[in-house]
Amino acid sequence: MRPFTYEAPDTVADALDALAAAGPGAKFLAGGTTLYDLMKLGVEVPPAVVDVHRLPELSQIDSNGPHELVFGAGARMADVAEDPVVARDYPALAESLAKAASQQLREMATVGGNLLQRTRCTYFRHGEPFACNKREPGSGCAAIGGLDRAHAVLGTSDACIATFPGDWPVALVAFDAQVDVLGPDGARTVALADLYREPGQRPDLETTLRPQELLLRIRVPATTIGRGSTYHKIRDRESYAFALASAAAAVALNADGTVADVRLGLGGVATRPWRAAEAEQTLVGRPLTAETARQAGEAAFAAASPGRENGFKIELGIRTVADALRIAGERATR
Amino acid sequence: MRSGESSFTFSSMATPTRTGPPATTVRASFVVNDHDVEVEIDTRESLLDVLRERLELTGTKKGCDHGQCGACTVHLDGRRVVSCLTPAVQVNGCSVTTIEGVAGPDGELHPLQQAFVDHDALQCGYCTPGQVMSGLACIAEGHARDDSSVREYMSGNLCRCGAYTSIVAAVRSVADEAEG
Repeated sequence: MRPFTYEAPDTVADALDALAAAGPGAKFLAGGTTLYDLMKLGVEVPPAVVDVHRLPELSQIDSNGPHELVFGAGARMADVAEDPVVARDYPALAESLAKAASQQLREMATVGGNLLQRTRCTYFRHGEPFACNKREPGSGCAAIGGLDRAHAVLGTSDACIATFPGDWPVALVAFDAQVDVLGPDGARTVALADLYREPGQRPDLETTLRPQELLLRIRVPATTIGRGSTYHKIRDRESYAFALASAAAAVALNADGTVADVRLGLGGVATRPWRAAEAEQTLVGRPLTAETARQAGEAAFAAASPGRENGFKIELGIRTVADALRIAGERATR
Repeated sequence: MRSGESSFTFSSMATPTRTGPPATTVRASFVVNDHDVEVEIDTRESLLDVLRERLELTGTKKGCDHGQCGACTVHLDGRRVVSCLTPAVQVNGCSVTTIEGVAGPDGELHPLQQAFVDHDALQCGYCTPGQVMSGLACIAEGHARDDSSVREYMSGNLCRCGAYTSIVAAVRSVADEAEG
């Protein structure tokens, strides 16, 4: 690991000052479960880190507000997963956290850092001799035509097929979450859907965050559709694994059983947290049945582009969407 | 705190920080198993390496060193964490409990340690310190009320000998006793 300087300021303002003073390449450090791991692998090489892990300003959880849920970026995944209001009124959010990683990692990792979690693409993580446009722009992509079983089928480009590995952002994008960020040019609010870029020709640029901006909090508009929601995650093993395919689904039904509103996010299959808007549109105004749920899944994957060994994700993803809609629909009618 | 509040300033003056000016070595003070320790650490060092190589607390094991196996699990301010992914500098001012801090003052095994013996919950034993630390947390968190919950909340601790069934039984036996 390259040497790096460390600072742990006491306030957000001091942290932003410290990062600016530390110069190019300096990074904020939160739970460390991604950044420190990738520093050990030599993929991340910041010359300086500014620790924001325990800033009291970033730790609040407010799930009781009438208009929105507010999660400080520094709140731990384990704490938000067990927030009783979140678990009752937004099970998709709670489940997306509870089904991520292990309890040790959830106790360390923050809900803000989780949004910036980097891909688990083996070629990205393990460096030379494998080419990776995300790690070394312009070097090529060893995953394309390589061992691509875990890779994405949606939002890919001829430069990168790395899967976005997270769960929580998939649920958040389904609920139209926003993030408040603060940087040298001041504060701004970004829709979570606009935080992420597709790889295109610049897979090294993963988000629309500007240099030195710090995630302050995540805000989720309050909605009754949350009660009829689930995060359905399919893995190689039952626990502690990344998604092969996942779906955050939320459903509200009319009195006649037709779908009044529906939200659908996909994970494990795309290069970014994926909102399946076309699939949502196929359901509105129709009854939620095994057939319409399956059709929604098919719509979600209509544009999917399989590689060598990940074509199974299309059928798996369609079934995952259909199952998630069924579970959400059952909860919506309770 | 709302965005845009004037409390956020970008002064050009250096501001006091908890650890002084940026440095690649830091003098860190923390508590390990109720003992105060102070150690000069390289910012690259993990808590795991400081425990094992500097403080001679070798009960905590290094498996994968990437947060995937759970062998290095310790408690940090009451939360279970993997010490391999905990930069030691982050522990400044915190309290750490390792497997060495679990047994009683005269060396009598903690009930969960005894349960691991009684239920044959280990073979080679390499993962056991992490399993015990994770199991203690699992019980304290209230996640040991049934077998499936134990399996889910112990999934971050791998056992390559495959003693899982006995590990679940050991954790459950102590959780049942604790709840009466």
